[in-house]
Amino acid sequence: MTTTNSSMDVAPVASRWSRFRGSYLLYSFKRDPIAQLSLLVFIVLVGVAVLAPWLAPMDPYDLAQIDILASELPPFWVDGSDPAYLMGTDAQGRDLLSTILYGARVSLIIGFGAVALQALLGVSFGLLAGYLGGRVDAFLMRLADIQLSFSTLMVAIVVGALVKAVFGGATYSDFAVPLLVLIIGLAEWPQYARTVRASVLAERSKEYVDAARVMGFTSRRIMFRHILPNTLSPIFVISTVQVANAIISEAALSFLGLGMPETHPSLGSLIKSGFDYIQSGSWWITLIPGAMLVILVLVINLLGDWLRDVLNPRLYKG
Amino acid sequence: MIAFLIKRLYHALLVMFVISIIAFAIQDNLGDPIQQMVGQSVPESEREALREELGLNDPFLVQYLRFAGNAVQFDFGYSYTFNQPTTEVIMRHLPATLELVAASTFLIIALSVPIGVYSAIRPRAWLTRFFMGVSIVGISIPVFLTAIVLIQIFAIGISVTPFPADTGWGAWLNDLLSTDGGMPAYGRGDPVNVFGTWDTNFASLTGLTYLVLPAVSLASIMLPLFIRLIRAEMLEVLQSEYVKFARAKGISLRRIYFIHALKNTMLPVITVGGVQIGTLVAYTILTETVFQWPGMGLMFLNAIQRSDVPLIVTYLMIVGLIFVITNTLVDLIYGLVNPTVKLTGKPA
Repeated sequence: MTTTNSSMDVAPVASRWSRFRGSYLLYSFKRDPIAQLSLLVFIVLVGVAVLAPWLAPMDPYDLAQIDILASELPPFWVDGSDPAYLMGTDAQGRDLLSTILYGARVSLIIGFGAVALQALLGVSFGLLAGYLGGRVDAFLMRLADIQLSFSTLMVAIVVGALVKAVFGGATYSDFAVPLLVLIIGLAEWPQYARTVRASVLAERSKEYVDAARVMGFTSRRIMFRHILPNTLSPIFVISTVQVANAIISEAALSFLGLGMPETHPSLGSLIKSGFDYIQSGSWWITLIPGAMLVILVLVINLLGDWLRDVLNPRLYKG
Repeated sequence: MIAFLIKRLYHALLVMFVISIIAFAIQDNLGDPIQQMVGQSVPESEREALREELGLNDPFLVQYLRFAGNAVQFDFGYSYTFNQPTTEVIMRHLPATLELVAASTFLIIALSVPIGVYSAIRPRAWLTRFFMGVSIVGISIPVFLTAIVLIQIFAIGISVTPFPADTGWGAWLNDLLSTDGGMPAYGRGDPVNVFGTWDTNFASLTGLTYLVLPAVSLASIMLPLFIRLIRAEMLEVLQSEYVKFARAKGISLRRIYFIHALKNTMLPVITVGGVQIGTLVAYTILTETVFQWPGMGLMFLNAIQRSDVPLIVTYLMIVGLIFVITNTLVDLIYGLVNPTVKLTGKPA
């Protein structure tokens, strides 16, 4: 790799940073206020979620800090609020702001974890299907078709329900984070596989692949070192959308009681536990985490939209 | 065409076969029917005899074939919680879900086509930007949250007083932002029986009011997708040569948009859309949970909580069948309306 490269690159290669500075990606980012705002909000949200243990006024997992007498207090702008609890408290007397920060952390961990798993599975299968073709392709794509025709949410709900039935509720709650990553990851890999396969098919017939093959490179090397880098833009674009989807899927599973337990809530399980109190007028327990979830997913979707417009990959339709 | 038809049917059967294997594996591993049938005091020897009698000791393949044979006749055994044949339980819950899906589909089609076409014809209009903005916000709101917000606004009501209430304009603005609530949000109300197990909410005005909030929530998840899809397809069609030619010939714009362009726009919309309508069934689980709508989704979730294995298995098989039928129909319709599609998979 190094020898072939250095002999061919006569002109000094610009550093990654200066290439990035001159890129169209950065240029269009500078001219798009919505993308800038979305990125800013996204960074802030991820920042407060990551730093939750240091930022949050109290630790919602610590039973000693919970005061049941302070339950269902409204947020600061409503009459009857307590200044100690900025966003009010939930039905168990946990500070809602702290619980939301910790919950966003859980949601983000599961969202990114699930997408990493999907990408690993989907990119590998997509590369294999697209490059090898034939039976491997037919089998993998048939599998993807079947799974997609059932809607990823349905697959996730059914698999989640079955896993919960097999392990029992208590064990499920203990391992909820890795299990949810696994469930959502397994439910949504076909999106990646189809996109990657479509771009591999387009790349495979290009001359540089023929050249690499003539030079006697192995299939694995051609797939991962030569074709994969050229399919990165569609992968980036769907990755953003998939993170948003995974966060929503996690919230949906938690809302159905198939996700994070209330003692260790994600945004979805917070919304679920608050929903039981909405009739008694305590709307904030469900709607404030809901707003947080929507903002988080919205900025990711907006970034994904912007990225798609800039990179403009031939996304697989349908 | 015949070859295409046979290929699609073969594909559908293959999928149903895979689903039945999964369903059978669930039934085989999750539930112990003996445990459900007899009490604690029954000795092991009797249990073993009963197991032998029911054929639970037979090899996997024999048991699967028996399961598949019964499944073809829609016999999935008895529900543990309802003590009725599972298919009867499903049939009682099916109409509620189908009516919900039908109402949502109606809303989606009635709104997405005009909005999508408008935003394609006038890509720079402020109304288009508004629709596009709303649609990306819509995609970002999970369906159960839409449902909760709708309940808060229209069923419970909100009263806010951000403006001084003692002035005339302040009170007016406060009134504008507040809602009375009072929309029915839980259950189906008092549906009218049509025949058999089919009760309908469409027959009376009160029935319809019960349907409004769930249907709007369910529609909200697909509406943005359809608007964006129709807009994208329409934009592509408007760039094509034949539209330019039609314009050059002096055909009225209205005719070009709604007769010539819309037809070709709807082709991909049928495929993607048809499949998406099928996936609405998945979202009914969430919508029905929020609104306590007594359909299949809520029933499925309750069955999971009570480990009612036969009911879970039946639900999976029937929903699988619904998905397979919609997908096959969509493919066939697409093959019919678009003769250029490669019907047999052979190079044309």
